[in-house]
Amino acid sequence: MRKQTKVEIWVGIFVLMSLLALSYIAFQVSNFSGWKERPTYEVSALFDNIGGLKTRAPLKLSGVVIGRITAIEIDPVSFKARVHMNIDQEFNQLPVDSSVSILTSGLLGDQYVGLDPGGDEEVLEQGSEIEMTQSAMVLEELIGQFLVKFSESD
Amino acid sequence: MTEKTEILIEIKNLTFSRGSRKIFDDITLSIPKGKITAIMGPSGSGKTTLLKLIAGQLQPDSGEVYVEGLNVHQLSRKKLYQLRRKMGMLFQSGALLTDLNVFDNVAFPLREHTKLPEKVIYALVLMKLQAVGLRGAKNLMPSELSGGMSRRVALARGIALDPEMIFYDEPFVGQDPITKGVLVKLIKTLNDSLDLTSVLVSHDVDEVMQIADYICVISEGKLIAEGSKETLQHESTGYVNQFIKGLPDGPVPFHFPSVSYAEDLEASRKKGGLI
Amino acid sequence: MNGFQSLMQEIGRTFLEKVAVFGRGFLFILSLFSAMPSALLRVDLLMKQIYVAGVLSLPIILMAGLFVGMVLSLQGYNILVEFNAEEAVGSMTALSLLRELGPVVGALLFAGRAGSALTAEIGLMRSTEQISALEMMAVDPLKFVYAPRFLAVVIALPLLVLIFNALGVFGGYLVSVSWLGVDDGAFWSQMSSQVDWHEDVVNGMIKSVAFGLLIAVVALFQGVNAIPSSEGVSNATTRTVVHSSLGILGLDFILTSIMFN
Repeated sequence: MRKQTKVEIWVGIFVLMSLLALSYIAFQVSNFSGWKERPTYEVSALFDNIGGLKTRAPLKLSGVVIGRITAIEIDPVSFKARVHMNIDQEFNQLPVDSSVSILTSGLLGDQYVGLDPGGDEEVLEQGSEIEMTQSAMVLEELIGQFLVKFSESD
Repeated sequence: MTEKTEILIEIKNLTFSRGSRKIFDDITLSIPKGKITAIMGPSGSGKTTLLKLIAGQLQPDSGEVYVEGLNVHQLSRKKLYQLRRKMGMLFQSGALLTDLNVFDNVAFPLREHTKLPEKVIYALVLMKLQAVGLRGAKNLMPSELSGGMSRRVALARGIALDPEMIFYDEPFVGQDPITKGVLVKLIKTLNDSLDLTSVLVSHDVDEVMQIADYICVISEGKLIAEGSKETLQHESTGYVNQFIKGLPDGPVPFHFPSVSYAEDLEASRKKGGLI
Repeated sequence: MNGFQSLMQEIGRTFLEKVAVFGRGFLFILSLFSAMPSALLRVDLLMKQIYVAGVLSLPIILMAGLFVGMVLSLQGYNILVEFNAEEAVGSMTALSLLRELGPVVGALLFAGRAGSALTAEIGLMRSTEQISALEMMAVDPLKFVYAPRFLAVVIALPLLVLIFNALGVFGGYLVSVSWLGVDDGAFWSQMSSQVDWHEDVVNGMIKSVAFGLLIAVVALFQGVNAIPSSEGVSNATTRTVVHSSLGILGLDFILTSIMFN
């Protein structure tokens, strides 16, 4: 039965290699955060214009990812875009008067939501709405504004 | 056949065809217990197919096969497999499992079907290998064996579970005279010492005549003769005579069916042929 | 009229034959699944087949993974450097590998290495009457031969793809960081911010399991239905490689359009 032992050792090595590969991919290559989703709480914000923002885009505080966009819909009352985002439970001390703005990473990069903390004692919690928002910069509008100002000053 | 002999395998009105070709047409025969029965016939007459029909590997178009009184083709898979444990089959090529060595091949049915401890299996396998004279070859791989040796190993494997009947599919084909002699002796001694029922499919008349108690001859899908070897040897006419004596011409013509030679030549001359 | 009739007859017969092949294939798959429990109980057989399918495919998978990763980042670097975005070479390499190239190239190599060997082995076992002999020894070839091989292929391929992917990323790291001088930190941080565990890694794994199932079914079916002669077995082996390769590419398109849309 020595042959069977050799087979078993090799299969063991094989499985071990693939487990190593899996953990390498999980921790070094991807943003693996456990099999279960970490506990989060959901807040939302109304934007005039979300530009090219997509679901799963990151929510960043001082450049650190603290949450993700989960859904984007049109608010039936105000006809503005309502953006829902999940924030990791460990960041549960964010002031309620924080503001969010839609930013772009780099000149042509993906859009994300940036959060600027306010100074209030109260904190954001499940279901809170962030009041202060700044919409995405749309390149065409910027150019349009620039042209208008340019012709006014003329 | 005397009245007293017990019948082990009974074939009734068996018909089997492959595509449009009828291989067996309404065959009825019975195989007595404890004897060596040979089924003979020319190449391509479906002798191997008959063994597979008996073992339930193939389904007949019509007719029944009874083994120990059980209708093989009506059995559930489980019952059929139980029945097969009482059967051993020696395939033409030996059909050893190529990734196991000789010892493991013989031990294979024991390991699969019994829970015997490894020590007992070792003893049993050595015994079976001793019976076929290949105890010394137990560590060889099937690829290292000659054709005759693989057949003997396969025979040891076939008797590993002490079956009640054993089927030999063309055991003598392509073997040198010495190997043939060894196999003849083995089949005979195993049959007598283990109280087996042997069914032998072959067209090697000389070897069969040495050991068979009972012979059936099949040709063109029909059973054309059966009886003890003395009866068949004294048959002096017809197909059986030609087959047993190995005559080149007779009821089976030497020439493949064709138009007459003269007509063929005439046709080729008209086409501007050589003649 | 006669010609038309025989043409129609020919078409009809071909169609019916194809339908029959599908029917047989479906029944074969069903019987394989019914034999799964007993295959899982026979750890010794399964081990051996994982060794044959998985361990013996390791060398080609290791080499191919490394080189595919290296080539990807070399090409990616040359394009990205024009936009001053060479830091993105890591995420580009990892995404291409995890989503597409790992599962697809891994499965194609596996079909050529292990799938063809499986067909040839089964075909030979049939032509040398080993399968018949098993049946005669009251050992069910479905449980003893087919099911363990099926399971081994389905288990081995995802593991091989994981190894392929990891080595590909490592190859990309070697080329872009050690050779072309991309910043080490930027390489990894871009990669881990772009590569999503669920969307990219898990979906890639699902693909490799699907390809494993496909290769196992095709290889076994071709082996079982091979004409038991040396020519028949070699034809069946060729068919295994062709059918499973085309199947992998087609299935990949379908899966990609479901997963990433």
